Amino acid sequence: MAAVTEPNHVARTTWRYALLIAVAMIFVFPILFMVVSSLKPDAQLLRDTSSIAAFLPVGDISLDNYFGAFRRAPVGLFIFNSIFITLVTVLISLFLCSLAAFAFAYLEFRGKAVILSIIIATLIIPFETIAIPMLMVVNSLPFIGANGVQWGWLNTYHVQMVPFLADALTIFLFVQYFKDLPKELIEAARLDGASWFQVYRLVIVPIAGPVFATAAILKFLVMYNQYLWPLMVTQSEQVRPVMVGLQYFFQLNTAWGEVMAYLSMITIPVLAFYLVLQRAFIASIASTGIKG
Amino acid sequence: MTTIKMLAGALALTTALSTPAFAQTELSLWYHGAGNEVEREILLGIIEDFNTSQPDWTVVLEEFPQAAYNDSVVAAAVSGNLPDIIDVDGPVMPNWAWAGYMQPLQLSEGALDGFLPGAIGEYNGEVYSVGLWDAAVAMYARRSVLEEYGIRIPTLEEPWTLEEFDAALVTLDASGEFEYALDLGMADQGEWYPYAFGPFLWSFGGDMVDRTTYETAEGVLNGDEAVAFGDWWQSLFDRDLVPGTSQDMADRETGFIEGDYALQWNGNWFGVQTLDAVGDDLLFLPAPDFGNGPKIGGASWQFGVSATSANPEGASAFIEFAIQDEYLAAFSDGIGLVPATAEAAAMTENYSEGGPLEVFFALSEAQAMLRPVTPGYVFQALEFRKALSDISNGADVITALDAATDAINADIERNNGYAVAQ
Repeated sequence: MAAVTEPNHVARTTWRYALLIAVAMIFVFPILFMVVSSLKPDAQLLRDTSSIAAFLPVGDISLDNYFGAFRRAPVGLFIFNSIFITLVTVLISLFLCSLAAFAFAYLEFRGKAVILSIIIATLIIPFETIAIPMLMVVNSLPFIGANGVQWGWLNTYHVQMVPFLADALTIFLFVQYFKDLPKELIEAARLDGASWFQVYRLVIVPIAGPVFATAAILKFLVMYNQYLWPLMVTQSEQVRPVMVGLQYFFQLNTAWGEVMAYLSMITIPVLAFYLVLQRAFIASIASTGIKG
Repeated sequence: MTTIKMLAGALALTTALSTPAFAQTELSLWYHGAGNEVEREILLGIIEDFNTSQPDWTVVLEEFPQAAYNDSVVAAAVSGNLPDIIDVDGPVMPNWAWAGYMQPLQLSEGALDGFLPGAIGEYNGEVYSVGLWDAAVAMYARRSVLEEYGIRIPTLEEPWTLEEFDAALVTLDASGEFEYALDLGMADQGEWYPYAFGPFLWSFGGDMVDRTTYETAEGVLNGDEAVAFGDWWQSLFDRDLVPGTSQDMADRETGFIEGDYALQWNGNWFGVQTLDAVGDDLLFLPAPDFGNGPKIGGASWQFGVSATSANPEGASAFIEFAIQDEYLAAFSDGIGLVPATAEAAAMTENYSEGGPLEVFFALSEAQAMLRPVTPGYVFQALEFRKALSDISNGADVITALDAATDAINADIERNNGYAVAQ
């Protein structure tokens, strides 16, 4: 057995860090390019793309592109709309999908396997194939709001939320996680007289933090990046989300600096959400005591 | 009692004063220019002028980003939510008219007198749309460069021939001074391909579809003339005279200005910023004549009335109001496009006599040709784009053009010849 000498250790550590830094750079560089470019005027931005200066805040640096972006489009409104739609959908979706998964994992009822199979089978249907039929359906649905009953859901927040409140992937994630939890916990709770909903709320939810965090992150990304559906159902600027808003910046002569400024601004909520849930994710594993 | 009388009087007065506002019928207008502050300001000004100019109609604007606009209109048509007034890209208009999204305009006699042909959207013998402007393409060049290499400066009356143009490219390439002799704009892989390169095919004598019947592309997209165009087109890339399909958009925007490209095939919307950078040395040259006359593409965004509008006369009234010369000139000054009439051009900064972009109006007038006026154009444009891209990347010319021809013919057949529903 070869002895682990000090120079060997240093060399291996150096190599390891060099490799990790190289890999990290692959992920960091696009974000760095976006943020740095958002501070440069268009001419300089385009000129710098062919050199390392593209990643450095050098030259004529200012926040002009950010001011320009706010002048060009109601950026704050778009970000609010997206965050509102996304958060409401994620919260309701986590509740509904976890409840459905709970039933599939622990309750016995006729046709359970078939229904679950059908739900999972919907994963292979691309959204684009059902977009037009869905549009026609939501366009003829009633909605009871502040102004009484209204027909047609177009140009509303709820038309961007309701179709996505339950989805096969989220249900599948929860089912798989719930199936691996110790059955003894549920049996003990039931013996103590807990109702099924109490079992869900008081036993399962507290120990299912990781899957809630994972599902929330995935759902958040899907909802925040929605483009085709909002494009079809929002004809009013007041309810448009960020991805449709991005198109405001592509004109005959595209203002690339403003595009980068807008992208930088709409990326912040995604990063913030991920960082917050990343902590919750780690905390939930640490507190459950049932890992492994 | 006095209080009741006062209240009743106030109510009557309020009602009387507000009657004119209530009497106006609302007309919805969808526009593709969201994100363009200048366009928005001009359009809102026209709307305000129209709304206050008459008591019957009030137009309300809803803006969409251009890249999402067509999809939004199609989705609205599917769900029965089209507005009264829509704007439509000229070559797309026949498709929307055929699909039943639009109805013919109700304009006064002579309302379109003096308009550039490219600004009038005519399909099946009826005018469905009209534009406040047209767009034009020219060959950007530096006078000093052409003179240095002894290349003749072409004119509208005497444009470059194929041989002259090709020889000029070879000369410029051989100089070693430039990365490429010509920038065609291959980075812009959207409607630019059929709009900017279709005219080369037309000038060779080919087309995307047989315009006498609009029922086949056989013989026009894969005939001898089209193959000759394809061979020449491919040779541009084989000889490294032009950047290929992998061209970066940043290079497209800066290459000519920075002197990396000797010539650039570009639209009038880049004219002002290029002039600012290059100065008086800049020339806007007419399209070369490849054998059947020099051609450039015509038709840009236009206004039309949706088929489901309950107030087509009001919608047409707005459009007729909007096509006044002062508004054409305002749009041209604002966004740099070619005003639709000579009178309006005379009122603009750039297109009036001696103006820096004056030549583009002349180009539009003399060389503009519409893309095929058929509902099938939207499909034909995609096939043409794919064929051009494949040929640029080395595909066999005849095979690529035959494949596009077959696909276009199959599309026409699938849609029963795009016959107009009776």
